Amino acid sequence: MQTALALRGLDVRYGPVQAVRGVDLTAARGGVTALLGANGAGKTSTVMAVAGARRIAGGSVFIFGRDMTGATPDAIVRAGVAISPEGRRVFSALSVEDNLTLAGSVVGDAATALARKAAMMERFPILGERRKQLAGLLSGGEQQMLAVARALMSGPRLLLMDEPSLGLAPQMVDRIFGIIEELRDEGISILLVEQNAALALDVADHAVVLANGVVAAAGPPQDLKSDKLLQAAYLAA
Amino acid sequence: MDVILQQTINAISLGGVYAMLALGLAIVFSIVGLINFAHGDIMTFGGYGIFLSLAFGMAPVPALVVGIAAAVVMALTLERTAFRAMRGADVVTLLITSFAVSEILKVVFQNAISARPVPISLPAGWSGTYQVAGTTIGVVPTVSLVVAFTSLLGLSLVLRRTAIGMAMRAAAEDLEMLKLLGVRANRVVAIAFALSGLLAGIAAVIWTAQRGSVDPMMGFFPVLKAFIATVLGGLGSLGGAVLGGFVIGALEVLTQAFLPDSLSPYRDAIVLALVIAALLWRPDGLLPARSATRS
Ligand SMILES: Nc1ncnc2c1ncn2[C@@H]1O[C@H](COP(=O)(O)OP(=O)(O)OP(=O)(O)O)[C@@H](O)[C@H]1O
Ligand SMILES: [Mg+2]
Repeated sequence: MQTALALRGLDVRYGPVQAVRGVDLTAARGGVTALLGANGAGKTSTVMAVAGARRIAGGSVFIFGRDMTGATPDAIVRAGVAISPEGRRVFSALSVEDNLTLAGSVVGDAATALARKAAMMERFPILGERRKQLAGLLSGGEQQMLAVARALMSGPRLLLMDEPSLGLAPQMVDRIFGIIEELRDEGISILLVEQNAALALDVADHAVVLANGVVAAAGPPQDLKSDKLLQAAYLAA
Repeated sequence: MDVILQQTINAISLGGVYAMLALGLAIVFSIVGLINFAHGDIMTFGGYGIFLSLAFGMAPVPALVVGIAAAVVMALTLERTAFRAMRGADVVTLLITSFAVSEILKVVFQNAISARPVPISLPAGWSGTYQVAGTTIGVVPTVSLVVAFTSLLGLSLVLRRTAIGMAMRAAAEDLEMLKLLGVRANRVVAIAFALSGLLAGIAAVIWTAQRGSVDPMMGFFPVLKAFIATVLGGLGSLGGAVLGGFVIGALEVLTQAFLPDSLSPYRDAIVLALVIAALLWRPDGLLPARSATRS
């Protein structure tokens, strides 16, 4: 099977805290995989470990079939992975355009980086309008779009999205989920972390539910949706 | 008139040295959270670089360049050997590490060179004066002033206009996020240290040209003033560090020039009291680190 991401027995620890324990996860190429679970379940720890920003205490990470366990974040970006992190984390003291330029600086070819930046401003017109404005002054939804656009600057084949809808107005949430579908249709594989399980299960092809750092359930979204017990225990919105 | 012009130039050139040192401290602090106590020793090392180059018969201008390069190399070496391993440690741990590094370097300077000041003799013509509209002005303070301004302007252009400057400003805000974008953070941090070493090296050139000697404590006192300048300006704020440096320099020169003799032993106390008053008035400093976050 063609996989974008495969985790085998992943462990992440913070001192004595075992945040992620033996997690297995497979994200198919070209699909949307939802990673669900309550607060503190270990979703962010998992995603940050994939991105190379958390030390992997055990297990393996395969990205497009290559073993990338313990690789540095820049090697992981070069392997085709980008992240829109929890909390967006745009560089608030830099302009919208500089946020994109900086992300494009890792692309070897300057012309490609420029073309991508122009494409982002076209795809997200609000970013084009606000290009000279400091990113910290954008609204929450605009910052989320900038976080996604910034991630796309490296031309990823796998996009990690950690709670992109958190704290956004319903209209903006719809827009973000629209973008997720667009990106999937363009062939980008997506690992989507969400608290909003209902929406995430609507776009996902496959879902994994974490509880206290372990996989509590995994399977097709319809199965998880119809499992009343699971819904009540972990996915209560 | 005569005194005022001369003192103004002195104030700006002293302030320029403090500003360069404070800016070097602030660049490193803003990115890795390190209050680098060894910054003064980087400056001192630059001074010894000049001394040794002259002692081995090098011409004055190349010797000054060697001094600046020595400070850059020392800053990079400390980053690689002492501070990189401590990356991510809390501010106090980093501060104590840099304190230890500073003590080690002082002992090395004392034993390898001398605990006493060693002379730096630059050409006699350099310590000359010139006349402007009937006023006598020293060459060295004037050159210092021009060099300090050029360096500060150059650095602000680098920070604002170049790709690496953009990366440094981003690193100051969120180093982990910069790494997540695939930017090699070690390189950005190393360049920040190199720039701080460059500024300390230029400060060493100005300092030794004015004083004519180097000793193991040479960098300690000006960097102490530069620390005060970074706090006065707003810790972590680059513009604040520069402003703080010029304010401290001006206060020192003014108090020296205009305080009655009976009060001159209290000069440092008076300057520091003014700094404390300024901080009571603006606890975050004169130009706090700007945070562009929506409220
Ligand atoms: N930097 C850290 N240091 C110590 N413990 C941490 C750290 N980050 C996370 N944890 C702990 O690890 C566990 C998993 O946290 P994680 O952030 O991965 O959960 P999450 O599923 O993303 O939660 P949320 O939905 O609230 O974002 C929690 O118990 C949390 O307290
Ligand atoms: Mg999380």
